[in-house]
Amino acid sequence: MSRSDLIEKAQVMDADGIRRSMVRIAHEVIERNKGVKDLAVIGIRTRGVPLAKRLAEAIRSIEHAEVPVGVLDITLYRDDLTIIAVQPVVHKTEIPFDINDKIVVLVDDVIFTGRTVRAALDALMDIGRPRSIQLAVLVDRGHRELPIRPDFVGKNVPTSKREVIGVRLNETDGEERVVIQELRNKSGAG
Amino acid sequence: MMGLRSKDLLGLEHLTREEIELILDTAVPCKQIFTRDIRKLPTLRGKTMVNLFYEPSTRTRTSFELAGKWMSADVINIVASSSSVVKGESLKDTVRTLESLGANIVVMRHSAAGAPHFLAKSVEAAVVNAGDGAHEHPTQALLDLFTIRERKGRIEGLEVVIVGDILHSRVARSNIWGLTKLGASVTVVGPPTLIPPEIEKIGAKVSYDLDEAIRHADVINVLRIQLERQKKGLFPSMREYVSLYGINRERLTRAKEDVLVLHPGPANLGVEITQEVAESHCSAISEQVTNGVAVRMAILYLVSAGGKRHEAAS
Repeated sequence: MSRSDLIEKAQVMDADGIRRSMVRIAHEVIERNKGVKDLAVIGIRTRGVPLAKRLAEAIRSIEHAEVPVGVLDITLYRDDLTIIAVQPVVHKTEIPFDINDKIVVLVDDVIFTGRTVRAALDALMDIGRPRSIQLAVLVDRGHRELPIRPDFVGKNVPTSKREVIGVRLNETDGEERVVIQELRNKSGAG
Repeated sequence: MMGLRSKDLLGLEHLTREEIELILDTAVPCKQIFTRDIRKLPTLRGKTMVNLFYEPSTRTRTSFELAGKWMSADVINIVASSSSVVKGESLKDTVRTLESLGANIVVMRHSAAGAPHFLAKSVEAAVVNAGDGAHEHPTQALLDLFTIRERKGRIEGLEVVIVGDILHSRVARSNIWGLTKLGASVTVVGPPTLIPPEIEKIGAKVSYDLDEAIRHADVINVLRIQLERQKKGLFPSMREYVSLYGINRERLTRAKEDVLVLHPGPANLGVEITQEVAESHCSAISEQVTNGVAVRMAILYLVSAGGKRHEAAS
C-alpha cells in the first residue's frame, strides 16, 4: 500500500514537540529507575530504532552515562503472518549486549493494538531474561486489543480506527513530524 | 519487491534476481538463531511440514527438518522405503493423503526431473524442491550463493568455476542459473564425457583444463563424484580423474590467494578434493552446512505467506 491512499488530516507534533517528548521521557526513565544502572534501550524496527538512539542520547546528556542500544526485528514473531496482505521483509535483530538482569526499555513510535509489543516481548524472552521490561512510545493512539500499556508516552492522540498515525523522522523519512491521516477508501484498509 | 511470486520454490531457473536476493537477505537474520540460547521461533506454529524423500538424503533432509523445527512447524519425515511408495501408490495419491492430514509445506526429493513441479500443480500446499533428478537443487544453490556473498561481500562480477560431473549435477544447474542471474561469470570444468553440450545455452562457459580455469577464479565449487558412475565408463580411471580434476594444495597455488572453495558434501576426500584443502581456510564447507539451515528457514518463511499471492498475481 502506498502513502497516496492516505489523506493527511492534521499535524499533531512538530520537530520541537518530538524532541521535548523524548527529553521528558528520558527524565522519566531515569526517575523511575533511580538512575541508569543496568539500563538498556531497545528499539523496535523501523521507527523505534532512531527513537531508541535518541532516548539513549538524551539519557546520556542528563546522567553522563552510556546506555547500550539494541535493535529488535519482530517479524518472525508476528501473529498475523498468515492473514496480512503483504509479507513483511525480515531484518536483523542487533542486540550486542547481554540482556539478562537488565532493565530493558523497549521503544516504538506508535502503540495501537498492542500486538507488536506482544511480539517484541516474546522475542526478548527468547534472547534472555531481563530483570524488567518497560515500554516507551512516542504516540499512544488507543484501540488496544491486548492487556498491554506503555510506561512512558510522548503524546496521547485519540483516533478513530480508520485513521493512521504517521510518524516521520529525519533518519527514516527525511522530515520530523507526526500527522494524523485517513484512509481514502475501504479497499486499502490494513 | 515483496514476497515470492509463486507459492512454491521449484528451481532457480524461473526466479528473478530480486526473488533470489530476497531469499538471501531473509536468510541473514535467520542465521542469527545459531547465536541464541533458545533456538526457537514461533513463525510456523500450527503449520505442518512434510519431508517427502524418494531418494536417500541425510544432509538435506536434516537441514530442512531443523529449519522447520526451529521455526516451530510440526515436521513429518516420509522416506520411500518406509511408506506406501513401495506398494505402488502414485505420487498424487501420496500427496492427497498428506494434504488431508493438513500439510502446509511439502519438501520433496525425487529421482525424476520435474516431479516436484507435477506435485506443485496438484496440491495447495507449498512445494519446495529438495532435488529432482539431474534438474535442479535450488536450496543447495541458494546456500552456495549465500556463502559466497557472506565470504566475498558480493556475487556480481565474480568468476566461479564449477568442477566435476556436470552432466548428472542438479547442483551445477541451479548454481549456474543463480550465479548468472546475480551477475557472476560461471565456467564448468570436467571430463568431456561429463559435460552436457547444452550447458553453454544456460550461460556457462566450458573448459576441460582445470589449471587454466582456476587461475582467475574467485570461487571453486567442487562437485561430489558419484563413484558408481565410473563403472558406466563415463571417466577413464579414478587416478586420472584425481590428477586432472581433483582439488589439492598444489593445484590451488595457481589460483588467487583468497580463492573460496565450496563443496555440497559429503566429500570423497582424496578424490575430488583433498582433506587438506577441505579443512583449510580457503574452504567454507562447514559454514555451508550452517548456512543451509538459515537459507531453508528463509525459504520456509517466504513460501508460507498468507493470502497475498492471489492478489499479487492478479
